Amino acid sequence: MSKNSADKNSSPPLPFAPLSVSNLSMRYHHKPVLTDVSFTVPEGKTIAIVGPNGAGKSTLLKGVMGLEPILDGEVQFFGEPLTNKRLAIAYVPQREEIDWDFPINVFDVVLMGRHGQLKLWQRPSQMDKEIAKQALQDLKMWDFKDRQISELSGGQQQRVFLARALAQKASLYLMDEPFAGVDVSTEKAIIELFKALKAQGKTIICVHHDLNTVGEYFDWIIFINARLVAAGPVETVLTKENLNKTYGGRLSLLNDLTETMYRTQLNRAHDDD
Amino acid sequence: MTGFELFPPPSLWQNWLSFWRFEDMNLLWVLMGSILLGMSASVIGGFAFLRKRALIGDALAHAALPGVMMAFLLFQTRDPLVIFIGALCSSFIGFFLIDWLPKNTKLKADAALAITLSFFFALGLMLLSFIQGLEVSNKSGLDKILFGQAAAMTDGDIKLLGYVTIFVLITVVLFFQKFRLIAFNQSYARTIGIAVNRYELLLALLIVMSVVVGLQLVGVVLMAAVLLTPMAAARFWSNQLATILIIASLLGGFSAIISTQISYLAPAMPTGPWMVVSLSILFILSLLFAPQKGLLKRYFDYQNLRQKVAEENILRTLYKLLERKDFKDKPFTLADIQSFRNMPSHCLQNTLKLLEKKGFAQRTFQGITLTPEGFEKATQLTRRHRLWESYLNEQADLSPEQVHQHAERIEHILTEAQETQLQQELSNSLHDPHGNQIPRKAEPTSVERGGEKI
Repeated sequence: MSKNSADKNSSPPLPFAPLSVSNLSMRYHHKPVLTDVSFTVPEGKTIAIVGPNGAGKSTLLKGVMGLEPILDGEVQFFGEPLTNKRLAIAYVPQREEIDWDFPINVFDVVLMGRHGQLKLWQRPSQMDKEIAKQALQDLKMWDFKDRQISELSGGQQQRVFLARALAQKASLYLMDEPFAGVDVSTEKAIIELFKALKAQGKTIICVHHDLNTVGEYFDWIIFINARLVAAGPVETVLTKENLNKTYGGRLSLLNDLTETMYRTQLNRAHDDD
Repeated sequence: MTGFELFPPPSLWQNWLSFWRFEDMNLLWVLMGSILLGMSASVIGGFAFLRKRALIGDALAHAALPGVMMAFLLFQTRDPLVIFIGALCSSFIGFFLIDWLPKNTKLKADAALAITLSFFFALGLMLLSFIQGLEVSNKSGLDKILFGQAAAMTDGDIKLLGYVTIFVLITVVLFFQKFRLIAFNQSYARTIGIAVNRYELLLALLIVMSVVVGLQLVGVVLMAAVLLTPMAAARFWSNQLATILIIASLLGGFSAIISTQISYLAPAMPTGPWMVVSLSILFILSLLFAPQKGLLKRYFDYQNLRQKVAEENILRTLYKLLERKDFKDKPFTLADIQSFRNMPSHCLQNTLKLLEKKGFAQRTFQGITLTPEGFEKATQLTRRHRLWESYLNEQADLSPEQVHQHAERIEHILTEAQETQLQQELSNSLHDPHGNQIPRKAEPTSVERGGEKI
């Protein structure tokens, strides 16, 4: 299931997959959020992470990006831990996590995408500005470059964030619900962006909510509901059975017992033996 | 000079003059020092403000108090550097406690802050009263640290103040972009590989240093206001962080001048409260009079909008009255209008006067009529109203009963471009959901002609 069977007719695969997760477990306080998740994604595809509310989709992204602590398991980007591959990865957070009243304009936000490559107090160079400009133009937001971010619509805010990720010139893009609450034209712009990135051989992983569009927009699906339900190409995994397993409620006994385990710190006692 | 009096004795003027002639060179240094402190505290406090950790400065200032007292007790000296290091240490202990408690216990951040603040302050006060009871030299003036006293500063104090504040300002300028990135979106900064923890520590160090070095001048109790009020005031004046920080530092420097001067002219006056009061006045002025975001501007904007809505409502009422008479130009009375539209009589009268002044309506002894310009405007409003009703009905599946209230508001804010877009999308519907005809937009040529006429 987790082996990548999708690239049978594409170009020869790289020695290492863009993202490979093995036995990942995460929790929030004492509640288990993800248990024993393993998958490997193929290169040059668009991949959706799908699951009900509270299934741990965003947590999964944050876990692999090192933004929230991992309890157990291993994450590898292109065969290496994150610290060695940061420049190859761009992350787009959820729009709700941002203080949109912050005094900053669109261009400066996009320029932030270049800071990963700058030294301590180095300022963005002319080249960095050109790259940011190109990213804004690709998302048709150049006309808004001097706007205050609070003056943007939801779709425009999302495009600014995508432009910032684009300015990173990464190989793998991780996006947390880029389609949530955006207008039709932004949705189209995102799809165009996906196509352009895919044409350059880049990989895109998105948390996605809309089951109606998932088959159309993505090549690959990872079904998640606190554990991995299925992962693979759309043609093979987008089945009624997988949907039922994903949306049919959690396995309550698994849930309860894992919670008890964390609460009693049983796993720690076990490891210390 | 014997303290502060309500009516200044004649000598006050003399004192003021001699203050600004800097006959006392020491005074010039104190003034420079306090300006630097006002500026650097405002800038570094600005970042705490942006990161929604406004109270951290307050806690750190209180946490410094036991450090000052311990340093004095242990080394029996008022050497600025010794006191500074003592304060720095205890302030940092406070900082780590505030950081550690919420992460490792069930305490929330605000509770951790409150507990740390009051505990350290109490400890400091205990030590202070203990020292007051001791038979040691140069203990007097130690209590000035509570509210600050510019006049009590020594040369050593001022030198240290200068070094530290200049260091803080230069560091902020150097790392401005990184600090802004972290304040705006910390988790993103982590994902692109910025050593967020190190910058956080640097930011904390800068805040602690600014707080500790400012104690002599502003005092423990009010330090937080000096960190935050300039930023809160400057936020009204601009939308660019760099500009906001520059304005904040100017406000901080200005209030430092005022308070130092007062503290010198009336030596019983503590500097801290005056600094905070002058900053608060600057804040209130910004709140009221700032050009874009000030309350006054917003009030006038609102009044203008209300006036506009009232005018447009009357125009539309007149259009509807005309429509009923098949557009035979007949004057209408106030009673006609009021029977259609709820509006207090005085408001109706005033608005009609304004419409007359703008050339949209005419009043004769027969009644009220629309001028050609007024009719054009009224037609446009009605078109917008009905287009929006149709749009809601057809595209958003709202029933005809639901759409009117919404269109009543939208008609006032629809733009030319939006109107054209609506008209294109609804090219088939000639009537609104209530069966009234939607007045079509005139051909472009006639619009141009209308423009020439004006």
